[in-house]
Amino acid sequence: MLQYTIRRLISTIPVLIGISLLLFVMLRALPGDPALVLAGQMASPEDIELIRVQLGLNQPIHIQYAKFISRLAVLDLGRSARTQNPVLEEIWARLPNTFLLATTAITLACLIGIPAGIIAAVRPYTKIDYLVTSFSLFGISMPVFWLGLMLVVVFSVTLQILPAGGIGTWKHVVLPTVTLASFVVAFIARMTRSSMLEVLSQDYITTARSKGLMEKVVIIKHALRNALIPIITVVGLQFGSLLGGAVLTETVFAWPGMGRLIVDSILARDYPMIQGAILIFGLLYILVNLIVDLIYAWVDPRIHYD
Amino acid sequence: MGSGKEKTAKLPEGGRSSSEGIPSGTQSQFRKGLAKLLRNKMAVFGGILILGYMVTAIFAPILYPGNPSAPNLMRSLERPSWEHPLGTDELGRSILGRIIYGSRVSLMISLGVVSVGLLIGVPLGLISGYYGGKVDFILQRITDMLLAFPGFLLALALVAILGVGINNTVISIGISMVPIYIRLVRGCVLSVREQVYVEAAIAVGTPDLRIIRRHILPNVMVPIIVQTSLGMGTAILFAAGLGFLGIGVQPPTPEWGAMLGSGRGYIFNSPHVATFPGLAIFLAVLGFNLLGDGLRDALDPRSKI
Repeated sequence: MLQYTIRRLISTIPVLIGISLLLFVMLRALPGDPALVLAGQMASPEDIELIRVQLGLNQPIHIQYAKFISRLAVLDLGRSARTQNPVLEEIWARLPNTFLLATTAITLACLIGIPAGIIAAVRPYTKIDYLVTSFSLFGISMPVFWLGLMLVVVFSVTLQILPAGGIGTWKHVVLPTVTLASFVVAFIARMTRSSMLEVLSQDYITTARSKGLMEKVVIIKHALRNALIPIITVVGLQFGSLLGGAVLTETVFAWPGMGRLIVDSILARDYPMIQGAILIFGLLYILVNLIVDLIYAWVDPRIHYD
Repeated sequence: MGSGKEKTAKLPEGGRSSSEGIPSGTQSQFRKGLAKLLRNKMAVFGGILILGYMVTAIFAPILYPGNPSAPNLMRSLERPSWEHPLGTDELGRSILGRIIYGSRVSLMISLGVVSVGLLIGVPLGLISGYYGGKVDFILQRITDMLLAFPGFLLALALVAILGVGINNTVISIGISMVPIYIRLVRGCVLSVREQVYVEAAIAVGTPDLRIIRRHILPNVMVPIIVQTSLGMGTAILFAAGLGFLGIGVQPPTPEWGAMLGSGRGYIFNSPHVATFPGLAIFLAVLGFNLLGDGLRDALDPRSKI
């Protein structure tokens, strides 16, 4: 197990280098001069040249990349072109906020999605099943930023019980969490339902029932445990799309996280920042996938990684 | 996907068919699927929604004769009224008019996006699955890399590189969908390739291109169709998201996401500005998702979710 974990961790390195190379080449290939953007409209050609030298943009591209990679090896992602602060420092300052939001959202989504999916699967093609399936379709089709704004209209503007944005108290967490969770709830409920439906039709469930076990025991112990693998996969994958959804949710609620950082950097053409933030996002996503793989083995003892 | 099941299900069919054609019965199966689709109320509702949007997009100039982008500052932020059923935005433009014209923009974008995804993803998936070997290995590693990002984030990163605007929106979201099509098509090709009728076609020396066209492609069409319907919905959602962030379609083009983004500033006093464009996005995406789900149930009952 430990060996497998280490091997998987090492195998992420080429993927990350690949991502960084792709990002680097594409970022440099595009039109528009970051030095020009940074210097502003009033800058003299000398100023622009000075910024270009400062950013290392005057050097050949392969040297720029070699420098970037060698700095990456010692976890130096360069400095933000916009704020002049080290990229990693800025990311560290924002990462816990995004992580908090993602964790509360995925927890809420599991707490609602898994039971909803189970109930729908236990009573398929009844009113409650249709209710769950329609709600999950609504959730998938709903633009998160719109839902966020509508929640603001109801809870901040009309009822005035929750803040419309910002960060600080637990009250600030409620609306962004619900917004971000809405999308994921739907996926988890759908996956739980179909996975449970399949397991419930297996012979061992009939056996368990004919043994006279309580329905609750059959559902939770016999069915759910066997239905968990696809559910965990979806939760893991959704954790990634949460990071994407966080970009929109953080914008709606002025939440100072990674998503907002990326958008601001894109608007300011802050290359080192975009590069660093996306790299960290990629790394997080790969790590989540690894954790999901390890959870598989924990949930299903039949799975061995050797 | 249970590949074992697939094989046993398809073997008799494939065994009977000559090396010449698509397995017989495909046509009637398709018709059966269509009948099943029409019995599915949700899917029909989705289809009607999409049809409604298409009609709106085509007849936009008749439905709203004015210029949806001409500002009228004297009438800004009006609540819904007879003259402007959905109210006006911060520049006094009719929100209904902009939503009507916005359906053109959104449908065009989603069509463009799935075209990019299909035109690049399907051939690469076919090549990767059919030929295997080094090409497959390299393509799959690149796909791994692209799939290391959640779709929206990949589109966002591409916009960061290409810049804002309608064309770049289409290209960015389209490319972000390519790896999904590659994986989907490759997976299907791998299972179809093992079928007896493909082996037979190879044995009698049928050229590769012909095998791909006559034997492989028809068998991977269903997942592609389903993915395309769902992809149209996702494209609308992603494009609206980019518009909302201010890095997608730029004003004054009436785009739903951008309308929502500018309405955000008036959420306290004039919530209608952000409400209606969001509703338009929601219903369009819902339509494509309902139809996609219905198509999958009707044509591809084996697959889950």
